[in-house]
Amino acid sequence: MRVVLAEDLFLLREGLARLLEAHGFTIEAAVDNGPELLKALLEHRPDVAVVDVRLPPSFTDEGLQAALKAREQVPGLPVLVLSQYVEQLYARELLADGTGGIGYLLKDRVFNTDQFVDGVRRVASGGTVMDPEVISRLLAANARDEPLAALTPREREVLALMAEGRSNAAIAQRLFFSEGAVSKHTSNIFAKLGIRASDDDNRRVLAVLAYLNAER
Amino acid sequence: MTTNGTAPTRRTPDAGPEPSRRVWWRSLVDPVVRGVSVFGLALAGIVPLVLALVSTALVAIGVGALLLPYAHALVRAHANLLRWLCGRWFGVSIDAPYRPVEPVSGGWVGGSFRRTARLLRDPASWRDVLWLFYNVPVGGVLGLAAAVPVASGVEGMLMPLLWRLVDDGPGGSAAYWYLFVPVTTDTRAYIALGIGLLLLLAAPTVGGALLRGYARASRWLLAPTREAELTTRVAHLTQTRHDAVDTRAAELRRIERDLHDGAQARLVAMGMTLGAAEHLLESNPQAARALLNEAREASSKALQELRDLVRGIHPPVLADRGLADAVRALGLESPLRVEVVAELSGRLDPPVESAAYFAVSEILTNAAKHSGASRVWIDLRWESERAGARTGPGRLRVDVTDDGCGGADPSRGTGLRGIERRLGTFDGVLALNSPQGGPTLVTMELPCVLSSPKTSSS
Repeated sequence: MRVVLAEDLFLLREGLARLLEAHGFTIEAAVDNGPELLKALLEHRPDVAVVDVRLPPSFTDEGLQAALKAREQVPGLPVLVLSQYVEQLYARELLADGTGGIGYLLKDRVFNTDQFVDGVRRVASGGTVMDPEVISRLLAANARDEPLAALTPREREVLALMAEGRSNAAIAQRLFFSEGAVSKHTSNIFAKLGIRASDDDNRRVLAVLAYLNAER
Repeated sequence: MTTNGTAPTRRTPDAGPEPSRRVWWRSLVDPVVRGVSVFGLALAGIVPLVLALVSTALVAIGVGALLLPYAHALVRAHANLLRWLCGRWFGVSIDAPYRPVEPVSGGWVGGSFRRTARLLRDPASWRDVLWLFYNVPVGGVLGLAAAVPVASGVEGMLMPLLWRLVDDGPGGSAAYWYLFVPVTTDTRAYIALGIGLLLLLAAPTVGGALLRGYARASRWLLAPTREAELTTRVAHLTQTRHDAVDTRAAELRRIERDLHDGAQARLVAMGMTLGAAEHLLESNPQAARALLNEAREASSKALQELRDLVRGIHPPVLADRGLADAVRALGLESPLRVEVVAELSGRLDPPVESAAYFAVSEILTNAAKHSGASRVWIDLRWESERAGARTGPGRLRVDVTDDGCGGADPSRGTGLRGIERRLGTFDGVLALNSPQGGPTLVTMELPCVLSSPKTSSS
């Protein structure tokens, strides 16, 4: 799988590159600033991009902006955004187009190599991976909201794990249910959030979006 | 620059009666009410004047020093009433010129002496007394001069009826003198009516002009001198600098403590755990693995704490995007439903941005904790000093409204006072309107410069 990497700290960039290469990814480009990232994304059209939010030259959210711009031109371009902080506002902006292939994780999730690489793979295949911290803050803030109020506590739990980007099998393992029970819960969730049944894989993205935008 | 140095809390100044709600009879009643009030107040001014003079004269024998603070309290109340009326009735706003009142020590007698010394050193005290000298005759005369023509005009209008009261029949010699006209016949009564009408037409304009002139002349003595303005300003700056330094120091202490008790301690513990793991590596790999796991968890806890710390110092969205998006992000985190409307075309100075951000954050926290509100509306706008300018000097205005139960009171709780102090450092002000039963509206204004919008970051 071909990867474009953007990170301004040399040590982290090298570390990430080594880590990904060790897991069988090919690094197409490793850049250290916003404009070059946009150029690399549009030129290489990688299978997945791993992008730091804060990049030179302005040291603000340039990585995020470059990723959003690239996705405007290449819809669904898979991007995993890493950040020292996770912000709901940025999570919403990333998910706004509803096409999936989005990840937003805290930088220190990289420590847990298996989970991180798994996350990269899931984003590459069009999934949505949200950091548990975003999810737990959302749960706290959205506890009052209408569409989510209809969900049972169990269903909320399942939805939260779904938002983190886990598969039904992984959710089943985590919550100690059978996979069948999980898929029953997920179809209940889709029904309660008014998401039509279809073969489209992006129903999971839509559910996460509904979750994020519950109060709108 | 505003000269509002003394009071950090200021409500929107009352603009007086609105022209649209004015009714015609007000133009007749106003000169009378206002003229008579000015006249009455001028005469009433004799009391504080005499008290001030007597107590000043008695200072030499000591008794005066005990009385003088009270006499001057009366003088100031009187002068302040006039200042307020000048703003409210005549559109001439006059700031109070007094030096800030500081508490004095030393019991009643000693305290009185110190207060007296302070009062005698404040030039505003002398100017007030001077103003009373001027106001007793001038205010009296001008007040009457504004009121009498209207009354007299009304009298003239009623002349055809009134003169009959003194009429003693044909051939009689009694006359009702209206101004310079001896009214003895109907014809003369109608002439008097004409004069009365003219008076009535002219009186409101002339009376209004007289009173406004009087207010402007009063300002000469009642308003702060340039020196007094500067003194007030210096006192304000000293106070806010003191507050700023205090806040900063407290902030640094908090950061130091958080680092010391949090991340630093965790890193030390992590080092120890790693040392133990190293030791166990050969003999008991299983235990070593558990320790390494522990160390990794400690490192993410340390990171978490550092993150929270940085968020408290300079929130990432504020740094990245500026105030509008940072407040939006606050709204997303709040347990309340928050709607944000922002009209900011550029970035503010970082310290101002940060002060406004933390103020809004504090207000949102208060609203969530105490107000019982479920929705909050935040309105951010920047108003230019020059009409139509998109950047440059101006002021940031932030309105936070909630649908809660109201009754917020800055004198309870330290939150609002703290915000006031923070904003005061930037000459900003905070106004709170929170009637029992709600809603609560908090308005903040901060003078600041808006820089031109950042061009796209690519």
